[in-house]
Amino acid sequence: MMVDVLLILMIVGAIIALEVKNLLSAVVAVGTVGLVLSLVFLLLQAPDVAITQLAVEIITVILLIRATLRLELPQSPLISRPVGILTGLCFAAVFLILLVPGLKELPAFGSPSVRVAQTYLDQGLADTGAANLVASVLLDYRAYDTLGEATVLFAAVIGVLTVLRAQGRKGKQVSKGAEHGKE
Amino acid sequence: MTVVVKTVTRLTVGLIFLYGWYIVVHGHLTPGGGFVGGIILALSFVHLTLAFGRDAAEATLPARVTGLVEGLGALLFVGIALLGFLGGVFFRNFLPKGEPFALFSAGIVPPANIAICLKVGAGLFSVFLALVFFRFDWERRK
Repeated sequence: MMVDVLLILMIVGAIIALEVKNLLSAVVAVGTVGLVLSLVFLLLQAPDVAITQLAVEIITVILLIRATLRLELPQSPLISRPVGILTGLCFAAVFLILLVPGLKELPAFGSPSVRVAQTYLDQGLADTGAANLVASVLLDYRAYDTLGEATVLFAAVIGVLTVLRAQGRKGKQVSKGAEHGKE
Repeated sequence: MTVVVKTVTRLTVGLIFLYGWYIVVHGHLTPGGGFVGGIILALSFVHLTLAFGRDAAEATLPARVTGLVEGLGALLFVGIALLGFLGGVFFRNFLPKGEPFALFSAGIVPPANIAICLKVGAGLFSVFLALVFFRFDWERRK
């Protein structure tokens, strides 16, 4: 019940973020969506995910406010509004047509088709010695997944730092506006 | 920023930093772990940067050091995995398991948490610095 109310609040926040004219208000609305999502995770008894969601949301909002808002980017829409709505509706229709058969195949809530979770719950402490079973799954049973995720983040950081770097090759200053820091 | 913000930052930033390390070190016992702990550590430096400006951040944690720390964390994580490889399997839990619920337990989980924390924290902080202090050419000419 409580979760339903929070989910409706998230949808309302997302619609407000899309429709409001002021960019700062839109960023605040996106922030409320993330905050409510972390509350939902907490109510679904996933404190690990809730903490992560909260911290990621905070740093995202700070980045959006500080990095994006200040830039006076041109705001003319790329396509006219009726065409945009029509394209959106087409994509939504295709997505729903593909989604409905997939959702029908899903097992009922609370009875997963993969039984490996019960094994983790039963033997996690004996196998890994970690009292927090989420940590034992992340860094022991499924450490390969964590390695992949770490690689993705590493590549993303390197990409950002390469695009926004201050120095060009051979120590020359990049001429076209890549310098950061000197105000 | 104003003197109010600076004073509050001076009082709280150490606590945030300590809380981040607490989450990282207790990642195998309580909710949390290397990823979220690293983000909280990065947030403490972000806090410092927002209140005192770029120069203070540069004095505390130079941009060159963040790059080094990020690479070090990534190498440490892969190194732990490769040390397990010496015992037969990639990511083998080769350290002693220890008492459950003790701080020094769970084999490779705490060291891997610390490695991920260094990687994520330093990486996000350097992205923050790059994005926030980025200027377009026409912006600087103004």
